[in-house]
Amino acid sequence: MATTKEIKRRIRGINSTRQITKAMELVSTAKLRKARQKLESSRPYYTTVVESIQNVLEYVNLNHPFLLRREVKKTLLVVITSDRGLAGGYNNNITDMASDLIAEDPSAYELVVIGDKARDRLENSGAELIKSYRGFPEVIDFQHAQRVGKVVMERYASKAVDRVLLLFTRFDTTLQYTPMSLEVLPFSAPKADEKAEKKARTLVTFEPNPDEVLDNLIPLYVVITVFGALIEASASEQASRRTAMEAATENADEMIEDLSVSYNRARQAAITNEITEIVSGANALQ
Amino acid sequence: MFRLKVVTPHRMFFEAAVKTLVIRGIEGDLAIMKGTTPLLTPTKISVCTLHLEDGSKKEAALGRGYIAVDQNGATLVVESAEWPEDIDLERAHKAKERAEAYLQAKDKQIDYERAKIALAKAINRINAANKK
Repeated sequence: MATTKEIKRRIRGINSTRQITKAMELVSTAKLRKARQKLESSRPYYTTVVESIQNVLEYVNLNHPFLLRREVKKTLLVVITSDRGLAGGYNNNITDMASDLIAEDPSAYELVVIGDKARDRLENSGAELIKSYRGFPEVIDFQHAQRVGKVVMERYASKAVDRVLLLFTRFDTTLQYTPMSLEVLPFSAPKADEKAEKKARTLVTFEPNPDEVLDNLIPLYVVITVFGALIEASASEQASRRTAMEAATENADEMIEDLSVSYNRARQAAITNEITEIVSGANALQ
Repeated sequence: MFRLKVVTPHRMFFEAAVKTLVIRGIEGDLAIMKGTTPLLTPTKISVCTLHLEDGSKKEAALGRGYIAVDQNGATLVVESAEWPEDIDLERAHKAKERAEAYLQAKDKQIDYERAKIALAKAINRINAANKK
C-alpha cells in the first residue's frame, strides 16, 4: 500500500494538471463565444455571394473554364486543422479523412494545408505538399482566405489540378461538429433542377458580359468558401477543445476524489498501526 | 427609394432604403436608383456615395467586390467597407508607403498584383477620409 506521502504527492500532481485543463477550458469557452459571433455575422455575406453566382449561372454558357468538369486526374486537397493539439479528436478526424483519400492513390493528390497538425501528419503521406500555412484559425483574417484562394485558383486555372476539395470541420452546435469535404471547384450549383422550374426570369444586364462577371465571381466564391471554412473550423476547434478539457477536468476531479479516499484510509491505517504498537509496547512493560 | 444592402465578410455593413447609389463599376461609374435594370457587375476599389431618404449624403470607402441589382433592390458585396469617420488615416498612409516601397523594389519575388491592390486601397481610404 502506498504511503500517505506518496499519495499526497500524486494528489498535488493531478491537481496542478487539473488547474491547467480548467484554465484551458475557460479560455476556450471565451474564444468559442467570439468565434461563434464571427460565424454568425459572416453568414449573410456567404449566402449572398452563392445566390448571386447561381443567378449568373442561369445565363452563362456552361463551358466556362471554372464550371466545366474535366476528367479528374489530380485533386487538390485543402485541409484545415489547428496549430495546437489538446482538442480531442478535432485534428485527427480531419487528417484521417485526408489520409484515407490520399492512401488510395498518393500521386492523384496535391495538398494545401492549414495548421501545423495537418502538416505534421500529411507531409509524408506521398501527396505533393504545395503550400502550408500556420496561425490561420487563431486570428481569422479575410486576407488569409485570399492567399489560400489565390493558390487554389492558380492551380486550377493552370489545369494542374482538375478538382478542389476543401476538408474542414463544420460547426453545428457547441457539442457537435462534423468533419466534411466540400467540392469547391468546379463550381456546381446546388439544387439545379429546382431552379429550372421558375424560368420566368428577368433579363439581367451583365457588365461587361456574363463570362467576365463569372471570372470575377468564381475566385471570390472560392475565397469566401475558404473564409467560411476557416471560421467554421475555428469555432469547431474551440468547441472541441472546450469539451476535451471539460472531460479532462472531470477526470482529474474523479481521480483526486479516489485518491483522497485512499489517502484517508492510509492515514487511518498508519494511526491504527501506531496505536497498536503503543498499546502492545505498554502491555509489554507491565 | 430602393433597398440597398452592403455586405462584407465580417458583417452586414449597411441595410436601408436609399434614393441613389453612385458607385464605380468595372466599366465606369454607375448611378443606381429605383427601377434600374437588373444588373450584375464587378466593382472597383472606390468611394461610393449614398443619397439617403432624408436628402443627406453618405460616403463609404469600398474594397473590391460586385453589385447585383434586381427588382427588390441592390446588393453590394465587397471585401471591405468603411465610413470615412472610421478610417485610420495614419494607418492608411503607412499602408500607402509600404505598398509604394514594394512596387519600387526591383525584387522579382514580390507579388505586384497584391501590392497594387494594397496601394489602390490605401489611396482610396485616404481620399475617403479627406473628403469628409
